[in-house]
Amino acid sequence: MVFAVISGLPTILLPNSSRWGQKIASGFMCCSTLLGLVGSGLAFMSTENPTLKFPWPSMGNSTIGIDGLSAFFLVPVFLIGGLGSLYGLGYWPQNRHPSNSKKLILFWGLMVGGMALLLISRHAMAFLLGWELMALSAFFLVTTEDNHLENRKAGWIYLISTHLGTLSLLALFSLWRWKSGSFALQPISANTLSLTMTNVFFFLAILGFGLKAGIMPFHFWLPAAHATAPSHVSAILSGVVLKMGIYGLVRWLSLFPEIPRAWGSIIIVLGLISGLAGVLFAIGQHDLKRLLAYHSIENIGIILMGLGIALVGKSYDKPVLVVLGMSGCLLHVWNHCFFKSLLFLCAGSVVHSTQTRQIDLLGGLAKSMPLTAAMFLIGAVAICGLPPLNGFISELFIYLGFFRIVANGPEGLAVAFGAPVLAAIGALATACFVKVYGAVFLGSPRSNCSDACHESPFFMTVPKFILAGLCILIGIAPMLFTDTISKAVAIWNPAMQLGSISPDSVAPLLKISILSIALIAGVLIISLVILCGKKKVQSAGTWDCGYAKPDSRMQYTASSFAQSIVMLFSWILRPHEHNPQLKEYFPKAQKMESHIDEIVLDRLLVPVSNMFRRFCGWFHRFQHGLIQHYILYILITLFLMICIQMPFKELIYHWFKH
Amino acid sequence: MIIFHLLLLILMPPLLFGVINKTKAWFGGRSGMPLLQPYYDIIKLLRKGMVFSTTTTWIFRIGPIVTLTTMFIAGLLVPMGRFNAPVSFTGDLILFAYLFGLSRFFTTAAALDTGSSFEGMGSAREVTFAILSEPALFFAFSVLVKMSSSFSLTTMLHSPFNELSVDIAAPLVLIAIGLFIVMLAESCRIPVDDPTTHLELTMIHEAMVLDHSGPLFGIISYASALKLFILGTVLLHIIFPFQIGTAWINWPLFICEMLGLAFVIGVIESIMARLQMNHVPYLLISALLFCAFGFVLLFR
Repeated sequence: MVFAVISGLPTILLPNSSRWGQKIASGFMCCSTLLGLVGSGLAFMSTENPTLKFPWPSMGNSTIGIDGLSAFFLVPVFLIGGLGSLYGLGYWPQNRHPSNSKKLILFWGLMVGGMALLLISRHAMAFLLGWELMALSAFFLVTTEDNHLENRKAGWIYLISTHLGTLSLLALFSLWRWKSGSFALQPISANTLSLTMTNVFFFLAILGFGLKAGIMPFHFWLPAAHATAPSHVSAILSGVVLKMGIYGLVRWLSLFPEIPRAWGSIIIVLGLISGLAGVLFAIGQHDLKRLLAYHSIENIGIILMGLGIALVGKSYDKPVLVVLGMSGCLLHVWNHCFFKSLLFLCAGSVVHSTQTRQIDLLGGLAKSMPLTAAMFLIGAVAICGLPPLNGFISELFIYLGFFRIVANGPEGLAVAFGAPVLAAIGALATACFVKVYGAVFLGSPRSNCSDACHESPFFMTVPKFILAGLCILIGIAPMLFTDTISKAVAIWNPAMQLGSISPDSVAPLLKISILSIALIAGVLIISLVILCGKKKVQSAGTWDCGYAKPDSRMQYTASSFAQSIVMLFSWILRPHEHNPQLKEYFPKAQKMESHIDEIVLDRLLVPVSNMFRRFCGWFHRFQHGLIQHYILYILITLFLMICIQMPFKELIYHWFKH
Repeated sequence: MIIFHLLLLILMPPLLFGVINKTKAWFGGRSGMPLLQPYYDIIKLLRKGMVFSTTTTWIFRIGPIVTLTTMFIAGLLVPMGRFNAPVSFTGDLILFAYLFGLSRFFTTAAALDTGSSFEGMGSAREVTFAILSEPALFFAFSVLVKMSSSFSLTTMLHSPFNELSVDIAAPLVLIAIGLFIVMLAESCRIPVDDPTTHLELTMIHEAMVLDHSGPLFGIISYASALKLFILGTVLLHIIFPFQIGTAWINWPLFICEMLGLAFVIGVIESIMARLQMNHVPYLLISALLFCAFGFVLLFR
């Protein structure tokens, strides 16, 4: 088996330490990428699902294997693993970051290896091993620059939340072992589990996998961790590691032959909340990478909607819904991985050349970094789900699923509101990315941060080109990927005969692709006719309504662009504003600032844990650190325990009688 | 049929602006500009040179072109009157709505490219109002999908009117009102936006295109007429669920309906003032609620 070899490869990176170490490490990563992609390709081609058994004394035999579903998720792991380490050559060169570069390279490899292991394991404990390897490496990657307080804080919050997730997974797998008799992740036959048990499994899985995937109430660790990590780490965290939570959920739900009817709706509602709230919070952000991190929550929401539609289909026995929902879910996993990594890599290039992540300090970068600007544009159009790029295709599946539920049932009003909410999410995402793209790349520079900026080096540009190419390819030729998707869908749902229903029989992929190509061709032709004609073209300053000396500080900023939307949704965003008071006739210079808190972390978890700490502070009175006191406590406790043994009744009678 | 469709799609839109202007002039007691003046304007603009701001990049140049192309493709998906659309497939309604989104992305990005605060303001408002109008559009689509059990614009817009009962008529009336408001907002007419005020802080669409000139501005004017025409075509199906006689009379009927719609818009523009800018969201929320109630009515 090629795959065992591959997942071992990244660990060879251990001994690298010299300046060449990074290049060798990247070379290894690229090799593992190539082998991994070839392996996944083979898995897609082959008809049987090979498995391999390893003896693991304490746990019974451990099985690893690969099927359509694993291979589907392996593709982003290896692709971003390789491309990210290439990007790291330019972004985080060893000679410029001697103190933490080694750590980054080591844990990068370990994380990719861990993810590969969890994807191919068919055994709960092996799965958990890969899971922890990934989660702990991710902690060290988030805290790469551990000399900053902000990064350490983000890292700790991440560590706490990931352990909470692991705890619930541990409970989940132990219960599974107890009920099904083995740690093997194999579908169980119907009627072996009681209804309560099935539901306990479901909610534990949502908690455990949802914490990793960043579903809305469990997303609190995500924005800070993704914003502070180095950009290629953010790319893999957001593009791939979150998807492991989704993979866990998808794989876990595939084990149940019968799905209670409420599950689909619960997952869809969670998806709608994550999608809407994620994009709303994204709009209010001032930090480029934090904004992208909130968009990951939004996209996880969209992926969950697909999964929910598939569950509804499974529980009501409607195969078309299963195909639509699962195709949308899986394709959006790929798509989000491609365009979000692309956006993070572009954001990394911006940070690399301007040294700031503050959107309102940037501007006009399209002139000095034309390639990055063009790549970011592709990513932005794709993430908004607009044709002719890939985001549209996966959202099309999900929309069709929603409309099918509306038209043919099963009846359920809550779920039927999905399509308009998804439309609102799309419109909000468009607003957000117009804001980012306009403020960062268009207009003129807002501060001197942009003075020294330059186009990224070669190694940082190549990965972006590959990812952008994939976005365009899936957008204009989605038919090429239907076999892969239908294979994974069939693995997810073995019981139902999906044979005749393939993704392109339920969605008009060919016609979409023709129209997309027509769209691109139309734009190109009209551009050629209009812009390359022999018209007189003049250059002048921007017309500012007759104002004599417009300067770049008078531009509309990203914050003011978002302000009307933030005000519209201030009931959930609750922005903090500090407005200056101008009193005298000649007021001094004043500053105005506004920011938006992270809702779950800053408004719920921090106050609650502070209250808890204050409550526990009461016990401090007994804890002086004096050993004599503690011995006294032991004595008192002992005395009390002896007292309990006393026959009180007789004692009282004895003392108080006449 | 396809030739008729294309001819109308290409030639008719500017006429709507002509009719609207003529109506407004008639209300104001003026004789107004010639009916075909929008055509003359566009032709004149196409022959002129262009001025580009030094701050702009290729985004600024490509913005209007993307808008025109998307509008044209969206026009191919919509059936006119009783006739089928040239291109029709399952799920084309989603493509239709998202093409509008694409054009909005590029129009607003092109506006931000100039670095002018007026254009920034215009595009901020445009994207804000879209957040309310897009869900309204999808609620209306959901109503039609539910009524017709089909997922393409042609069958969806044709089928519910075969048998007209109260059950169907009530949601249709509600979404017709909602869609009418959405149409006014999307094509930037009074009471949401005033296309005749040029240098005011209150405008939306005109503020975004301040810096465009020559052929690109001609394309913008044409594309906004096209947008009004396409949204009007969708709306007419819901307002006039009638079918008269043979095919050849349906084309003139459709043209008359369209001109009538333009006349109504002209009347509204003559008798109403533009809303205060911070009241516009309320209008759009009411459109959203109309469509949502139409949807809920179906699930009684």
